[in-house]
Amino acid sequence: MSDASLNSDLVRQSAATLATAIARGEVSSEQVTQAHLDRITEVDGQVHAFLFVDPEASLARAREVDAQISSGVIASPLAGVPIALKDLLATRGVPTTCGSKILEGWIPPYNATIVERLEAAGVVSLGKTNMDEFAMGSSTENSGYGPTHNPWDLERIPGGSGGGSAAAIASFEAPLAIGTDTGGSIRQPAAVTGTVGVKPTYGGVSRYGIVALASSLDQAGPCARSVMDTALLHSVIAGHDPRDSTSINAPVPDVIAAAKSGDVRGMKIGVIKQLQGEGFQSGVISQFNASLEILAGLGAEIVEVSCDHFQYALGAYYLILPSEASSNLARFDGMRFGIRVGDDGQHSVEQVMSATREAGFGAEVKRRIMLGTYALSSGYYDAYYGQAQKIRTLITRDFEAAFAQVDVLVSPTAPTTAFKLGAKVDDPLAMYLNDIATIPVNLAGNCAMSLPAGLAPEDGLPVGFQIIAPAMADDRLYKVGSALEAALVDKWGGLLIDKVPSL
Amino acid sequence: MTTTSAFDGVIEEFDPIIGLETHIELGTNSKMFCSCSAEFGGDPNTHVCPVCLGLPGSMPVVNRAAVESTIRMGLALNSSIASWCRFARKNYFYPDMPKDYQISQYDEPLCFNGYLDVTVVTDDGPQIFRVEIERVHMEEDTGKLTHGGGAGRIHGATHSLVDFNRAGIPLIEVVTKPITGTGRYAPEVAKAYVAELRDLMRALGVSDVRMEEGSLRCDVNVSLSREGEPWGTRTETKNVNSLRSVERAVRSEMLRQADQLRAGERIIQETRHFHEETGDTTSGRSKEEAEDYRYFPEPDLVPVAPSAEWIDQLRTTLPEVPSVRRARLRDSWGISDFEMQSLVNAGALDLIEATINAGVNEQAARKWWTGEFSRTAKERDCELEDLSVTPADILEVENLIASGDLTDKIARTVFEGVLAGEGSVTAVIDARGLKVVSDDAALLAAIEQALAEQPDVAEKIKSGKIQAAGAIVGAVMKSTKGQADAAKVRALLFEQLGVTE
Ligand SMILES: [Zn+2]
Repeated sequence: MSDASLNSDLVRQSAATLATAIARGEVSSEQVTQAHLDRITEVDGQVHAFLFVDPEASLARAREVDAQISSGVIASPLAGVPIALKDLLATRGVPTTCGSKILEGWIPPYNATIVERLEAAGVVSLGKTNMDEFAMGSSTENSGYGPTHNPWDLERIPGGSGGGSAAAIASFEAPLAIGTDTGGSIRQPAAVTGTVGVKPTYGGVSRYGIVALASSLDQAGPCARSVMDTALLHSVIAGHDPRDSTSINAPVPDVIAAAKSGDVRGMKIGVIKQLQGEGFQSGVISQFNASLEILAGLGAEIVEVSCDHFQYALGAYYLILPSEASSNLARFDGMRFGIRVGDDGQHSVEQVMSATREAGFGAEVKRRIMLGTYALSSGYYDAYYGQAQKIRTLITRDFEAAFAQVDVLVSPTAPTTAFKLGAKVDDPLAMYLNDIATIPVNLAGNCAMSLPAGLAPEDGLPVGFQIIAPAMADDRLYKVGSALEAALVDKWGGLLIDKVPSL
Repeated sequence: MTTTSAFDGVIEEFDPIIGLETHIELGTNSKMFCSCSAEFGGDPNTHVCPVCLGLPGSMPVVNRAAVESTIRMGLALNSSIASWCRFARKNYFYPDMPKDYQISQYDEPLCFNGYLDVTVVTDDGPQIFRVEIERVHMEEDTGKLTHGGGAGRIHGATHSLVDFNRAGIPLIEVVTKPITGTGRYAPEVAKAYVAELRDLMRALGVSDVRMEEGSLRCDVNVSLSREGEPWGTRTETKNVNSLRSVERAVRSEMLRQADQLRAGERIIQETRHFHEETGDTTSGRSKEEAEDYRYFPEPDLVPVAPSAEWIDQLRTTLPEVPSVRRARLRDSWGISDFEMQSLVNAGALDLIEATINAGVNEQAARKWWTGEFSRTAKERDCELEDLSVTPADILEVENLIASGDLTDKIARTVFEGVLAGEGSVTAVIDARGLKVVSDDAALLAAIEQALAEQPDVAEKIKSGKIQAAGAIVGAVMKSTKGQADAAKVRALLFEQLGVTE
């Protein structure tokens, strides 16, 4: 086998396969890492999934893991496998921009807890992936460093905010990636790139070192091309962290076992009435329904469930998120990190702060900071932030009532397939509607998965199927997800991602 | 004194209402939300980490010891303790604020509805004033700015340096309800309240309250109203950092507001700055255009929900409340309320008790601290506790007096040296050669010399004019530099002359 074909074979393997081969000494982590770095060199000019790659550092790390493995230490079921990290994670000594110009040149002096866990697990970082600035967006077009392109059609968006992580996986630049999901930023990109992504239960994965967008909504999670790979990554990053006081101090649900034993016999699956029909693309609905039929065929009972307050979710979300974001983003003032503008000895500290923020933040970030500042203002707080919190409680109750009847809830992940770059940049509301099906989960703090349901007949683009489970029942996502995935693989003769056009 | 009469005039016409917001740094080992050292000082920016620097991605974790200290303080202030409360973010931009918001508490304080009784000596004797406590809450301190060039203020500075060692130090804020009915004693009540708060924190061991290091900061609210009229507009004098300044700030603000009101002008709701040098306040930022802090619950922290068992357990760790302790000591020492209050006002109580505990008798302990030492403190315009004399020193000196090695008078000279920083009691005695001269031969020699110098005196004594002996004793004391025991000199003199008293 020539090097080229070995490499092209390696990048198409699952993380589980690679880990096994590395552990058995059939291939080294260095070879696997090199193959992915080559692939990045080959295609990232078109995809633009990465903001930062340091091949030498990645290879050096891979060699360390190889040395460990040859001495008999296999740190985890993913030891030696490469990964792409969303640029929202603080990485010691490695530039971290959050997709924003305001953080250009910032090199964190510390690691996010997730990064530490991945290092301890012998997972090798390939670099940092592109994203909407500070995770605000659904298309990655709000990045301060240019958009990422969808490998299925380079003219189209890869979803957002974690478009870089999803596109990296979908273009075989990385077998695994870390995303963060505040309103759908893992699931919607997974849906439009034909990959798998999970937003774990709020508090299931440490937020320490993940630059906060909206603290009460943010949750990091795994991205991969298969349910099993997603489960393997989930189990590496999840677990209690004393540095994040919102982190849950309880055992992590056994997601790997659940992914291995995919089965829906006797399960009750609820279809959310409010998340279908108007506003949903016909091919999205048809593929969603086809998946439902498969699940029914596998022995699940499908029922319809009404979540009456979901209609207010988007409104509540766009008050809570900007409110928290306006405060979280206050620290970007040019004083201690990132860029500083106007410090010429002639301007006051307030003027320098203001000029820095004016120059460093993009339009969407400014829009949300202004919205949030307004919503928290005295005299408006009760009407906006206070009311939004009440809606949040009602949505949580809708979920509780639903889960009293069913084991999991399902819906299409996003109302449409990937749209054209530029199609919605001037229409923030249309952009916000992308997250209509994913937002309720963030508001309630439970967990959800998006996995491929097929291609929409009208445009041949991937459709995402969303599974929602109660808090700390993340294993149910994998049980249902792997059952559906196995049936679809049988039907298609492989994963959906195998159908992605070659770049 | 004119000030007094001007102040009397204010009281005749107006009734003051005061209120105090006091911030005190807790004496925990680590900071409020990270594990950095909370120790005072250190090279700039050495007690810092991603959390207290507010680096992107960092998250706070509540210091349990700080919550515990706050609850104990709340209990000692007779407050209710919230069974569930949250931190809140107070949003404002300032370069000494790492996150550009301060983690504080807003409408859900940990402790609320308490009181503290303080005693003030009035014309009718000591009187107790009850100060009601609105709330006690937790928050984090900010960094410290040093402005280069200009006048040391941010305006006009060429550059500013910021030290984040102090950022994140746990603070508690104790807020009183409006204090009414204090009349002419408003300044003294304010001062006594802050002193009592300080003593309470020290007794609880939750802070050593180093006022000179700025670990206690007071905001003083004052308003005046005429009888039968609604409360007047209040001003808030910021950062009043000593007991004396609290008293002065209330007094000067009462005088200023009265002048203003008499002139028919209205009081503007504003923050004012206190000036140590003059004791006056000057106008700061107007509160009528106050900043909107956009408080909201801190989403990075889970609520604080102390269990009833924990609170009960903390209640058992409360020390004797200062007022109860004072009553106990007053009875045990057999002194009056008035005397006790002057010991408290002089800041002598702890020192006297420590001296007694060291083994010195009560009377001697009180005598030294309220006599010599108080005079010295007054001369130096400092607190008693700042003097370089310890209870152990007093014990040493008292033992030397008891053994006849020192007289009372020499002991004073010894302390004079100790207070002047000449070293330990022994060192001062050695260096100054201070010891009672009890060697009979040396004294007899001195007596003989004195008799030789004043031959007529010896005759007078022999002829029965015993009072003439004073001249000889005096001369001997002079020649021995006061280190002889006068009674002994007298006895030896009579023995020498063969005279009986
Ligand atoms: Zn720190």
